[in-house]
Amino acid sequence: MLSRVADSLYWMSRYIERAENNARIADVNLQLLLDLTNQRDADPQQQWDPIISSLEENELFASLYEAPSGQAVIDFVSLQKKNPNSIFSCLSRARENARTTREQISSEMWEQINKLYLFVKSDSAKKLVRTSPYEFFKRIITGSHLFQGITDATMTHAEGWDFIRIGRLLERADCTSRILDVKYHILLPSGEKVGGNVDTIQWMSVLKSCSALEAYRKVYVGQVAPWKVAEFIITHSAFPRSIRFSVDCFDAALHHISGSNESKYANEAERLSGRLRSDLDYVTIGDIFKIGLHEYLEQIQERLVEISDAMHSSYCAETTLENVVTG
Amino acid sequence: MRDFFSGYDVGDFFDEMFAAPGVVRPHYNKLFERFKEMERDEFERKRELAASTFLSQGVTFTVYNDDQGTERIFPFDLLPRIIPAEEWELIERGLVQRITALNLFLHDIYHTQNILRDGVIPKQIVWEAAHFRPEFMHFDVPRNIYIHICGTDLIREEKGAYLVLEDNARCPSGVSYVLENRQTMKRTFPSLLAQYRVRPVEDYSQELLNVLRYIAPGGKSEPTVVLLTPGVYNSAYFEHSFLARSMGIEIVEGRDLIAQGGKVFMRTTKGLKPVDVIYRRINDDFLDPLVFRKDSGLGVPGLVEAYRDGNVSLANSIGTGIADDKAVYHFVPKMIRYYLSEDPILPNVPTYLAAVKEDLTYILEHIPELVIKAVNESGGYGMLIGPQATKAECERFREKVRKHPRNYVAQPVVPLSRAPAFCDENMQGRHVDLRPFVLYGEKVTIVPGGLTRVALRAGSLVVNSSQGGGSKDTWILEEEEK
Repeated sequence: MLSRVADSLYWMSRYIERAENNARIADVNLQLLLDLTNQRDADPQQQWDPIISSLEENELFASLYEAPSGQAVIDFVSLQKKNPNSIFSCLSRARENARTTREQISSEMWEQINKLYLFVKSDSAKKLVRTSPYEFFKRIITGSHLFQGITDATMTHAEGWDFIRIGRLLERADCTSRILDVKYHILLPSGEKVGGNVDTIQWMSVLKSCSALEAYRKVYVGQVAPWKVAEFIITHSAFPRSIRFSVDCFDAALHHISGSNESKYANEAERLSGRLRSDLDYVTIGDIFKIGLHEYLEQIQERLVEISDAMHSSYCAETTLENVVTG
Repeated sequence: MRDFFSGYDVGDFFDEMFAAPGVVRPHYNKLFERFKEMERDEFERKRELAASTFLSQGVTFTVYNDDQGTERIFPFDLLPRIIPAEEWELIERGLVQRITALNLFLHDIYHTQNILRDGVIPKQIVWEAAHFRPEFMHFDVPRNIYIHICGTDLIREEKGAYLVLEDNARCPSGVSYVLENRQTMKRTFPSLLAQYRVRPVEDYSQELLNVLRYIAPGGKSEPTVVLLTPGVYNSAYFEHSFLARSMGIEIVEGRDLIAQGGKVFMRTTKGLKPVDVIYRRINDDFLDPLVFRKDSGLGVPGLVEAYRDGNVSLANSIGTGIADDKAVYHFVPKMIRYYLSEDPILPNVPTYLAAVKEDLTYILEHIPELVIKAVNESGGYGMLIGPQATKAECERFREKVRKHPRNYVAQPVVPLSRAPAFCDENMQGRHVDLRPFVLYGEKVTIVPGGLTRVALRAGSLVVNSSQGGGSKDTWILEEEEK
């Protein structure tokens, strides 16, 4: 497959996953806001700060809006064209990548991504964001799921599909770590205790962001405790949005592309991803809290960037005449 | 209110559907009957279905300098244009004759130039043509075919005779709309299509692939064929990706290719892979910055060398632009007589060459009655329709023609035939043309049909998509069983 095409498939997939995750974060905070408005001392403005922080776009946000009101944040995350990571921008770029690879993806995939793009571009989307943001986010999330389902059901499970899978899972691992990190930025209202009512609600919202609340309850019967939530979201081996699960899957996809044995590595990307994978296999939540949750998550994000870069140089960077394919 | 055709004005033109007011041509009868029984809202639903199909599939073309986003749907008119078998048979013979002569001309012009020596075409017409490539004199193209894909624009004059308006022998586009339009008609008018015996167009992509494989270097049996596009911002990008997809070949940009040691490779995730045949949708000028335009970022340095070495084949060949030069066009009927000793089956539109002294005088005196065309332009750009132009515009063209006579030709205004199209809530006569696509490989193949373009603006004679044109599905009927 063409290197450029592999790169485009990878980014198409990443941007769709990113749009979905932005919708998740915004949606859950929207709900959280509702939960907390009845609380004493609740400060809605404070509630939105962490989201902006987690998107790492504080300055851009400040330049576009006067104050972080709910409406401003929703606009920033959903349709703001100047925000390179808004749902609109992500889906535009995903579609642009899809457009350059239409001969590789199935028509059904193209129609789905195109439909989603036409939706966020439409006036009805603008209206929906204003009147019922919950429905808007729901539609983005469902649209992304539909795209994944269509991809798995209509595209040959060969190299191109693997690049799509890697893009999705790498982005998901990154986003999940950021969602968990949101909690780090959230300050408890004064007078609230760690482990108190508000704290629990906030941790529950983290789980909801990852569609993980129901799964969590089946594993940990009883209270929602911070370290258990972190343990579940980082290290659960079978929950499809956990960091470990995502890393396991893209590591397998990398090996599927090169054809190398999963216990060995054929290139730098596989070496880095194999190492991250085994770290996640053996790490305990005690180790993580010793390092500091925020610091640990930052490390994960950096390592994901390294893997992405290594993959790019293995498959997509300039090739030379030494490696001509014969036959 | 129900009747779509009540009050339809045939006008002073040849109408594709009506022989006279209220008199339907026999091959349009079934269509007429179908519309008689159709309710307005049924038609509206069909129109919506068609529009949403085009939009969701991204069947779009790009318009430059437009803030409404860069993509637009090519307007589609639901009324098919129907051509009876015997008319198509004539068109087909005419097109085969024409492409055969054009290929012989190209071979001659890049070798011994007998046609110039014998004075059939004035030397300077060829030597001064912008798209003549003297660098390729005495170069032998694979299988001796120059134009593999040709889009010939046909029009009908007031009596209904078909004329050739121009040949597009470089990178003609539009065939993807032929295929998509048919797809849409199958969804919107399945029963009407079944009632008519319409010849299928769906095998175009397979035929094109056959041509491309046929010209592989050294007759290689399993060649790697790619389509070279200028990229996603090109106005015809949808078509490029459509064709690559339906042929199952890679679509590449210049940056995906690398030429070294007289060979061309594409950069893949598994290293460099040799390329044998390139269906290029980039004009000569941009193909290779080492040979043609140095500022071209679209091409591949070294590509031309590989082509010269015979290691990679190109479709169309380099230098075919001389064959669709609008001044050379004037001589195509003469070429047909010269090379084939036959009379042209499809006549030209009479053309005045500003490069010829007597013609120039005539043109300068009659600009308001003529269509003036720049010889190297296409897509409806660089032309003036005298009767519809202002005085100032005529003056501007008069100056241009006087200054650069070789760059201009003039033609009388041909009253193009009209076909009914749905405009302003009713059926109205709109001017149409027809671009069939001719494929030249082991043999000449013409997929029955072509792109019928329609000038949707009332009174307009310009059918180009960049100038407010739309398209129709074109139905070529099977021969009647006797």
